[in-house]
Amino acid sequence: METLNEKAARNAKIAAVLKIILLVVLFVLFIFPFVLVIINVFKVKADITTNPLALVGERGFTMQNFPNAMKKMNFWRSFGNSAIITICSTIITILLAAMAAYVIVRNNWKACGALFGLMVASMVIPFQVLMIPLVSLYGGILNLLSHRATLIFMHVGFSLSMATFMFHGAINTNVPIALEEAAKIDGCTRWQTFWKIVFPLIKPTIATVAIIDAMAFWNDYLLPSLVLAKKELYTIPIATQVFYGTYSTDIGLVMAALLLAMLPILILYLFLQRFIVEGVTSGAVK
Amino acid sequence: MNTNTMSYKTKQYLMFAGITTFVFGAVVIIPFIYGLYLTFTSWDGVAKTKPFVGMANYASTFADSAFWTALGRTLFYSAIAVILVNVVAFILAFLVTSGVKGQNFFRAGFFVPNLIGGIVLGYIWKFVFNRALVSIGSALGSSTLSTSLLSTTGGAMFCLIVVSVWQYAGYMMLIYVAGFMSVSNDVIEAAKIDGCTNMQTITHISVPLMVSSFVQCLFLTITRCFMVYDVNLSLTNGEPYNSSVLAAMHVYNTAFTYKNYGTGQAEALILFIVCAVIGVAQVYIGKKAEVSA
Repeated sequence: METLNEKAARNAKIAAVLKIILLVVLFVLFIFPFVLVIINVFKVKADITTNPLALVGERGFTMQNFPNAMKKMNFWRSFGNSAIITICSTIITILLAAMAAYVIVRNNWKACGALFGLMVASMVIPFQVLMIPLVSLYGGILNLLSHRATLIFMHVGFSLSMATFMFHGAINTNVPIALEEAAKIDGCTRWQTFWKIVFPLIKPTIATVAIIDAMAFWNDYLLPSLVLAKKELYTIPIATQVFYGTYSTDIGLVMAALLLAMLPILILYLFLQRFIVEGVTSGAVK
Repeated sequence: MNTNTMSYKTKQYLMFAGITTFVFGAVVIIPFIYGLYLTFTSWDGVAKTKPFVGMANYASTFADSAFWTALGRTLFYSAIAVILVNVVAFILAFLVTSGVKGQNFFRAGFFVPNLIGGIVLGYIWKFVFNRALVSIGSALGSSTLSTSLLSTTGGAMFCLIVVSVWQYAGYMMLIYVAGFMSVSNDVIEAAKIDGCTNMQTITHISVPLMVSSFVQCLFLTITRCFMVYDVNLSLTNGEPYNSSVLAAMHVYNTAFTYKNYGTGQAEALILFIVCAVIGVAQVYIGKKAEVSA
């Protein structure tokens, strides 16, 4: 006869094992599509068509999909475009939003209240409501489309509200006003106080905003596809499209292109995983 | 220095928030207002003039049965996807906070789909549905599985829902994980001492204390599902026979493919209003259900 305690311990053990099994099954299901891309990227087209599930193709292992795909999607060019646009947009967003948040938090002027109110209200507006007027204003009237700078300008404009909102919270809670007053007595101007005292104190929020915005900019498809009409300006998500729409899709090249498109973020994720997970969570909770 | 003069205030404001005001105004505020104006004009994207047409765009929106079909389809898709995303995310969050080994590894893994843009995800799943599942189907000798799910009308919508669940569950899981962590151990222990089973602890203690996580996840999933475009484009592109065109894609096509900018904008506004009403109602109802320990 086992005692009640032993029985409870045994049940707990069974529950733990069941949980692990369930987790592993779900995990395999989640990862399966990626695994499929990775095993097929090293096969020739005919092998992928006949058996996409085989680990190794009958016609052997090939690396040829990578150079061919890179050439077709103009990989380095697209990668460069994506990188320039993402980095510039992220940095500009952070600088502008942090400065604006500072002046909003520390002054109760009407203009500050109006700007902040509009920003918070605008966060509910989905991009789809703005895309048609954007195209007709910047394309039809100003004729500014097809420049990387225009896309950066728009990325910044769309992300300012959220970023300002987050910096607003950070300055409110993390920057003691006594510190700023001390700086003022020591002869700092407002401008110097901001850069020397406030900006360094909100580093964790800067990291959060940088992660959220950089991922959004890097992965964005709709806005860049509307702004960048010229082939030499394509970002990576747009460039992956060149493999479809033609008469015959070379599936081997598609696999390579998809892997190439994912690789930069996955590599970053490997190193910055903790920051990314924390950043995304704290960004969402706010 | 006098810090109360108008010129000081103006200078300070412009120095810190001048560029922000300009960029934000030029990209969000002006286009929004201009968009309202556009709904009263007709423009084909090329002509120099935008003739004023009054309510004609709204009239043609109400007469556009394809738009209402797409909107209804979006409601259907969103309802199912939102429920499934949250159920799966909640289960995942429960599993990865229950103290099993390697839970950080699992958390990191489930989050991976969120790192990648919708367009790439859609193409990956297109391959899974078109090739891998078909190959499994024909190996099993099943005739329903050996044709691609994406080529049948019901199947394409099913695929969209599967991909959305896969895409968002990991993200929502993180929010539920934060929710689980915020429930203090004292309360859980007290409940256990009072004789609650594990299941009862979850349904009667954790869930009521996590209402704010639910509100937040529901809001995020509703707004995202309603406005989905890139997965729709790369996975189904509205095929077969336009049976999987969701509202955002319909808006895009009306404006940019058929060059009816005014009508497209009117449809976008209606879509936004429907989405906002549902999202806000959900938050309002959810906030009422919040309790504190």
